[in-house]
Amino acid sequence: MKNFRWFVPTLYILFLMAPIYWLLNMSFKTTNEILGGFSLWPKDFTIDSYVEILTNPVWYNGYINSLSYVLLNMIISVSFALPAAYAFSRYRFLGDKHLFFWLLTNRMAPPAVFALPFLQLYSSMGLFDTPLAVALAHALFNIPLSVWILEGFMSGVPKEIDETAYIDGYSFPRFFVKIFMPLIASGIGVTAFFVFMFSWVELLLAKTLTSVAAKPIAAVMTRTSSTAGYELGLLAAAGVLTIIPGAIVIWFVRNHIAKGFAMGRV
Amino acid sequence: MDLSWMAWTWQTAAFFIFIGLAILAMGLWEKIEPGGAPRHGVLGLDTTRGDRLFISLLGSAYIHLGWLAFTGAPLWGATIISVVFALAVFRWV
Amino acid sequence: MNKTQNNKAWFLVLPVLAIVSLNAIVPLMTVVNYSVQETFGNNLFFFEGVRWFREVLDSERFQDSLLRQFSFTGIILAIEIPLGVAIALSMPKKGIWASVCLVLMSLPLLIPWNVVGAMWNIFALPDIGLLGYTLNAMGFDYNFTRQAISAWFTVILMDVWHWTSLVVLLAYAGLRSIDDSYYQAARIDGASKWAVFLYIQLPKLKHVLTLAFLLRFIDSFMIYTEPFVLTGGGPGNTTTFLSIDLVKSALGEFNLGAAGAMSLIYFLMTLLVCWLFYTLAMRGEER
Repeated sequence: MKNFRWFVPTLYILFLMAPIYWLLNMSFKTTNEILGGFSLWPKDFTIDSYVEILTNPVWYNGYINSLSYVLLNMIISVSFALPAAYAFSRYRFLGDKHLFFWLLTNRMAPPAVFALPFLQLYSSMGLFDTPLAVALAHALFNIPLSVWILEGFMSGVPKEIDETAYIDGYSFPRFFVKIFMPLIASGIGVTAFFVFMFSWVELLLAKTLTSVAAKPIAAVMTRTSSTAGYELGLLAAAGVLTIIPGAIVIWFVRNHIAKGFAMGRV
Repeated sequence: MDLSWMAWTWQTAAFFIFIGLAILAMGLWEKIEPGGAPRHGVLGLDTTRGDRLFISLLGSAYIHLGWLAFTGAPLWGATIISVVFALAVFRWV
Repeated sequence: MNKTQNNKAWFLVLPVLAIVSLNAIVPLMTVVNYSVQETFGNNLFFFEGVRWFREVLDSERFQDSLLRQFSFTGIILAIEIPLGVAIALSMPKKGIWASVCLVLMSLPLLIPWNVVGAMWNIFALPDIGLLGYTLNAMGFDYNFTRQAISAWFTVILMDVWHWTSLVVLLAYAGLRSIDDSYYQAARIDGASKWAVFLYIQLPKLKHVLTLAFLLRFIDSFMIYTEPFVLTGGGPGNTTTFLSIDLVKSALGEFNLGAAGAMSLIYFLMTLLVCWLFYTLAMRGEER
């Protein structure tokens, strides 16, 4: 029994990889070969789709736009959530539990209909079609999530550390940056990972709040089916390229995540 | 900043003002006369005053929806039931 | 941890409050305003009272998509939570293989949702997709663009593929936080594997599983992009979940009043389920 334990995760990972392999397979085929019939690997191997994406500004600007609002959102979410999470983990105050629950409810609103008021709101603030608009809109669900995760990590740090620092004459901001933040570094790593994840994958709001200048890659992809016919090869290559930033991020934070997990609650 | 797209009506404005005042009143009440630790109510839940306000409001929303779904009568019937419900929640839950 | 009573802590929460309020309250108020009015475009609105609520609640279309939505959410929760816990239990505990597993398993979570839909579309196509071709070669009559059952099978499989890893990650995190001394004590007592799971691991997982359940419930309840790209809500209306229906009436038919009423009803349902679950799961935690 014990020797077969690796079997379950292996099978699961194979199941996870199958559609990704298929996408990869398609991305190296010509459109004609894709539509021509079923084949397990590309017979007519080509990297034309990738060349097209990496040389055409419409395509690669999509990546730059997506990455810029995701990074902006990471900075906003983590820096706003840090003091709030500290407050929730250290103090009791009037209405704290209700505030916490209210923050969590912001993940529950169906974005489908709320997209329209969002569009109006950011247009009237003059932010429409900028990465900042998308970054602020994504803060709606990423800040509550960051507060939740960071609060868990902060509760794991003994309160005596704060008190000792205050006795030693540290001011609150100096204590927070110099002593407290290094202690929860892996918590910040884990938070950044989840924030990146939910901002990178969201499309509905990102697409609604942009038109040309800040159009995200995922929205550029929907173009292939409308104007240029159904270019499956190009679509597959663009899809593969959207997986790569995520994969890089996981690789960088994998140790933080393992450590963060060992510290307890996520 | 032009806010006409928010499409306000006096009815909805009154509704939000009512909710805002309710929350404000709860805050003041707690300040003047603290409600203290949560109590164990008839539903087996530990609730504070704030929780009871939330239960009342959410329950009222459902009472109104149920009234709309199952009867054709005017809506103020549901409002009366909601007030009774809210009083009951504050007394016993 | 014993917390200090200090109302000045509100100042630390203010920035978050400001930014979330802007994003949450203004759109919510606008949707409430929509829901009681009729619009003909150009910001022209006419008060309609509760007409839209009554119409939505009485419409068969809404009841059908609600039923489909609850079936879908129920099915994927029943699959993903136990499966995720089982995988987390059988994962390597540390070392290079643990990292490899974590990295590979996180991949589906980091793919934009419309790419997930498009990927599964070409993966499941009966003539050129790996899944569709294999199933048909094995003798199953499978075509997700024509048969309701195949479409449901594909949408559920896609969601399991996409989100089980989230449950695995959270459950794994919970398991890692259990101190070795617990296992040693259990070994000394000669506890069975099942007993270890039931009395040591499961209670420790309560917190993370609450989070997993809430996240999965909320996200699957408003699922839109993936099934829309995969099946477009079809064949017929068989995979038209709540959000797809909502977008159809809000943008397709420009019926903002009905769409507003529908999304408020929908929001209230999510709110109730989450509040109940949160309250029950956290009951007795604080003392």
